[in-house]
Amino acid sequence: MSDIGERVKKIVVEHLGVEPEKVVDNASFIDDLGADSLDTVELVMAFEEEFGCEIPDDAAETILTVGDATKFLEKNAKS
Amino acid sequence: MRRVVVTGLGMVSPLGCGVEPTWKRILNGESGARRIESFDVSDLQTKIACTVVRGDGSNDSFNPDKWMEPKDQRKVDDFIIFGMAAAGQALDDANWHPESEEDKCATGTMIGSGIGGLNGIADTAILLKERGPRRVSPFFIPGRLINLASGYVSIAHGLKGPNHAVVTACSTGAHAVGDAARLIALGDADVMVAGGAESPISRIGIAGFNAARALSTGFNETPEKASRPYDKDRDGFVMGEGAGVLVLEELEHARRRGAKIYAEVIGYGLSGDAYHITSPSPDGDGGFRSMSAALKRAGLTPSDLDYINAHGTSTPLGDEIELGAVERLLGNAASKVAMSSTKSSTGHLLGAAGAIEAIFAILAIRDNVVPPTINLDNPSVETAIDLVPHKAKQREVNVALSNSFGFGGTNASVIVRRLVS
Repeated sequence: MSDIGERVKKIVVEHLGVEPEKVVDNASFIDDLGADSLDTVELVMAFEEEFGCEIPDDAAETILTVGDATKFLEKNAKS
Repeated sequence: MRRVVVTGLGMVSPLGCGVEPTWKRILNGESGARRIESFDVSDLQTKIACTVVRGDGSNDSFNPDKWMEPKDQRKVDDFIIFGMAAAGQALDDANWHPESEEDKCATGTMIGSGIGGLNGIADTAILLKERGPRRVSPFFIPGRLINLASGYVSIAHGLKGPNHAVVTACSTGAHAVGDAARLIALGDADVMVAGGAESPISRIGIAGFNAARALSTGFNETPEKASRPYDKDRDGFVMGEGAGVLVLEELEHARRRGAKIYAEVIGYGLSGDAYHITSPSPDGDGGFRSMSAALKRAGLTPSDLDYINAHGTSTPLGDEIELGAVERLLGNAASKVAMSSTKSSTGHLLGAAGAIEAIFAILAIRDNVVPPTINLDNPSVETAIDLVPHKAKQREVNVALSNSFGFGGTNASVIVRRLVS
């Protein structure tokens, strides 16, 4: 997993309080990791903070899995 | 109207996590006041408070992980975590864990708070100013709202009855107990999880109450001496934090399931001072009328009272005004009644005070003992009422009244009695 992937995973574990082994690329935040709609908003904010980039709402709506987040951030991360 | 009894008790207090550890320390005459360590107090006039001791649960410390998942704890202010802990304890104590849809719908929540999520509001205001609106958490609002103590408890335990919350400053806990009892009496619910929770100890909380000249400032080096209701050297209240929650239940519902019954809620009175936003009316008429209304509802006369858990916050003005109102109420019966302020030990838990003090009134009945007013070295006025200085006293207690008065001129009195069939 890329460095960005590791950082994404760390944030997801911290915010959702889930076992690290469950945080795999195809894990859905809502269906597999127990997040609700507010959790996903907060996750996106945490990604913005960690990676120094803005994630517009229309992009945030397409980030449904751990892998989606990693892919988006590999392209857009500024830090 | 249907009769309402108390079948479960839960508490987080500066004297310990749990009803029994707190009660034991109160009867021992201990104080929960200590130097504030969790934030900078160097520029604050008041540097002490009755803080809840956090820890791993040993030695009666409060371990939040036992009551709420860490991922949820960071979304909410502490009053919600305290409320979850006290409610969990109370439901366990009552052995009431509704599973059928019918039982769930018959069980409601009414846990209030005086101020709610003060810390979270202060922190988020700074974040908003420094970093802008996009950094404000989606949990900011639901983690600060006062009724979210009831909300979280309702969700955690599947309670689908009335989901309500009281906000009447320092009368909150008493109003919650009284109003919840009424919901049961009128048939809106069979069981209510009722009480108050508060987490005001913060720089902004201390600064605000200091500005209102409400807090003790002269005992920073001897915090355990600071809360001293009725004593001539008292100089303000000592802020406390925590929660008290009671399980209230319709009498026949409790009997049918063989529940342990602590006491019956037989009286509840409410009134307004219509005088001033923070000062009590000098004639004490608001408190007098609230106590009178509770006695009327209970069908009792003042001489039926054995114990009064006073509002008694240790402020120069309030204590004597309440005492005067109680003397007026009791008349010739004054000498046979004991009245103490457990705030001398716990500090003032604001919106949670009325709930923990209703619990102390119930325990006074259970154990036939009246808790002491500690630090009462030199009463500022003479009275025929036994203010129970320093040491708890064994005496028969069958009927107890608890007073709570709040900013805005709001008064509530609750009367509990040993169950008589």
